[in-house]
Amino acid sequence: MCMGTTTCHAPRFRDPRFYQVAVLGLLLCYGIVALDFGIRWQNALAILAAAQFTQFLGTRAAGLSRFDPLSALITSMSLTLLLRTDVIALATLAAVIAIGSKFLIRIRGKHVFNPANAALVSLMLISDKAWVSSGQWGSAAIGALALACLGFMVLTRAKRSETTIAFATTYAVLLVGRALWLEDPLTIPLHQMQNGALLIFAFFMISDPKTSPDARGGRLLFGALVASIAYTIQFIFYEPNGPILALIMSAPFVPLIDAVLQGQLYRWKQPAGNPATQIKGVF
Amino acid sequence: MRMLITVAVVVLTVAITTTAQAFCGFYVARADTSLFNRASQVVLVRDADRTVITMANDFRGAVEDFAVVIPVPTFIERGQINVADRALVEHLDAYTAPRLVEYHDPDPCARYELRKNSQMSDAALPSSVQEGDLAGRSQGVTIEASYTVGEYDILILSASESDGLIEWLKENNYNIPKGAERVVGSYLKQDMRFFVAKVNLAEQSKLGYSYLRPLQVAYESNKFMLPIRLGTLNANGKQELYVYALTRTGRVETTNYRTVKLPSDTEVPEFVQAEFAEFYRDMFARQTIQENERAVFLEYAWDMAWCDPCAADPMSQDELRRLGVFWTADDSNGRFAPSQSPAQNVFVTRLHLRYDREHFPEDLMFQETGDRQNYQGRYIIRHPYKGTTSCDASQYKTSVRDRQEREAQALANLTGWNIDEIRSKIPRIDGITPEPVVTPWWKRIWQ
Repeated sequence: MCMGTTTCHAPRFRDPRFYQVAVLGLLLCYGIVALDFGIRWQNALAILAAAQFTQFLGTRAAGLSRFDPLSALITSMSLTLLLRTDVIALATLAAVIAIGSKFLIRIRGKHVFNPANAALVSLMLISDKAWVSSGQWGSAAIGALALACLGFMVLTRAKRSETTIAFATTYAVLLVGRALWLEDPLTIPLHQMQNGALLIFAFFMISDPKTSPDARGGRLLFGALVASIAYTIQFIFYEPNGPILALIMSAPFVPLIDAVLQGQLYRWKQPAGNPATQIKGVF
Repeated sequence: MRMLITVAVVVLTVAITTTAQAFCGFYVARADTSLFNRASQVVLVRDADRTVITMANDFRGAVEDFAVVIPVPTFIERGQINVADRALVEHLDAYTAPRLVEYHDPDPCARYELRKNSQMSDAALPSSVQEGDLAGRSQGVTIEASYTVGEYDILILSASESDGLIEWLKENNYNIPKGAERVVGSYLKQDMRFFVAKVNLAEQSKLGYSYLRPLQVAYESNKFMLPIRLGTLNANGKQELYVYALTRTGRVETTNYRTVKLPSDTEVPEFVQAEFAEFYRDMFARQTIQENERAVFLEYAWDMAWCDPCAADPMSQDELRRLGVFWTADDSNGRFAPSQSPAQNVFVTRLHLRYDREHFPEDLMFQETGDRQNYQGRYIIRHPYKGTTSCDASQYKTSVRDRQEREAQALANLTGWNIDEIRSKIPRIDGITPEPVVTPWWKRIWQ
């Protein structure tokens, strides 16, 4: 993505989403080529096309001045990485729900639900033909994935990564606390954290600056809230997909948190001529 | 008296004999039933939060040593435990086993309709004879229920503290593996409960069984999981576990370990037919290591209504219900004609793992997916045409030679067997002078 110094310093590449596209693209290639973990290229194409088309329609309907394909591309890649289905129509529907929810469900100028998250949960609710395969990354892949994610944060000098940090810390503390209470060996919480879907969730979904609170304190609170709900779903109710369900359940609290804790609304790009504030956050 | 704690003890078969007519090749596999030692087979029937688990074992210790302490994810009461017919698990094993199929090349000089054959036979399974003994009195642990099911004496324990349960087990002469107290304590805090099953010698001799029949437990719980941690405590080395999941919607996979499809549909040399057991064992070992010994392998995923090729007939409605499939229709007469029978709404997943405490620290957690794509472990042998030919068949023979080399390399890749030894075992058909295959010198250095 960022092959030359000149290119990297060009203003349009200051948008952190380019890094995100690069990392997600690498993950997708690795998943398809090396892991063979059930991603169908037909689904990938359907999701990609449907997301861009819906983004285009939404842009027109909302009367926005310019069509921005980047966010829809990132949503497509997250969906492709996490969603499994044998039905292309469902994959297409997922992309439409994801991007559609962004334009339709808005409070105080922000969309409420993370697009990929809304699509995953909707599909799991309406059909038993769609699921999330969270254990398919394998331990070797996890290390590479964790490195890619951390590298991504460093590269983008993440200023909005509080949500990720709060989520990961709270979740880790809960898992280790549970192991200590159960007198389990610590290899168990360590193994529970080595989950590819969990990492993708933490670094590429919950961190979405558009659907997290505007204030720093709010983001910390939000990350901890999602982690607590995820833990409850996964280890008290013993249901799978705890984090993904937790995020959608926590999303309605964001407007409340924003009402209490004021912060600056996130924009992907700041006006030109103000390079110091161009990178406002991770994503 | 000395007793052992184990989670589930089982008899295993991997692939079974038989040849069935099918357009995906003729089924010819034969694999030794004692292919793996210390193997367990567990059938998990699951729909919503209802689970019926069937545990079969291959316990081969001294007769009086046998007893199992079985953790279950929730409280259970009298009546939720049953004893199943071992033939049910054997049938399921046979139906889902990885299979070898064969094709015969037609006469390269004539248009030739492939002739199909079928023959079926069942594999005979070794049986082990076990006996048990009765328990002592409770101390610090309440025995909620104590009764006899088939040849088993069942004790449902209501301990809420691990030390109480461990103490009770020790006082009743159970040999508790080191570390069991912690695991039992962890399970109790997770609201799991235990029951003890021992063989009632008098009942066993009255019933006339010379082997242990599988135990079944029916329960309701959100936990779609299999507790394997106790089983890793007293294990010498790695253990084999087969999990057969019978579900309504689709394939089952593990959510906390990678589920990997075993390589399948590979053409292998003809001699593999005689060495299928070794082939399968070595291939599985190699694949396990390639996945860093942390993967669960998918060996079969299929709609129970049919199969192709069939390693054994699909299970009848009656057999399925006896395994615990509670959602199938009641009015079936149990007869089965795979090509005509309606879909039974039962999807079977066969998972195979080799585990120990180091590589599988956590219990297996499962989820049911919406994936109904069929998958089977299937390996193919192609017999070259050996009859007389009425034309110049040199082109065909060259293609056979190329194919045999590809098969040799595929086999070496799958199993790690020496490629030169493989080549030396491949018969050459008349008129073919095999080109000397030279393995580069540098390939042999590090072999």
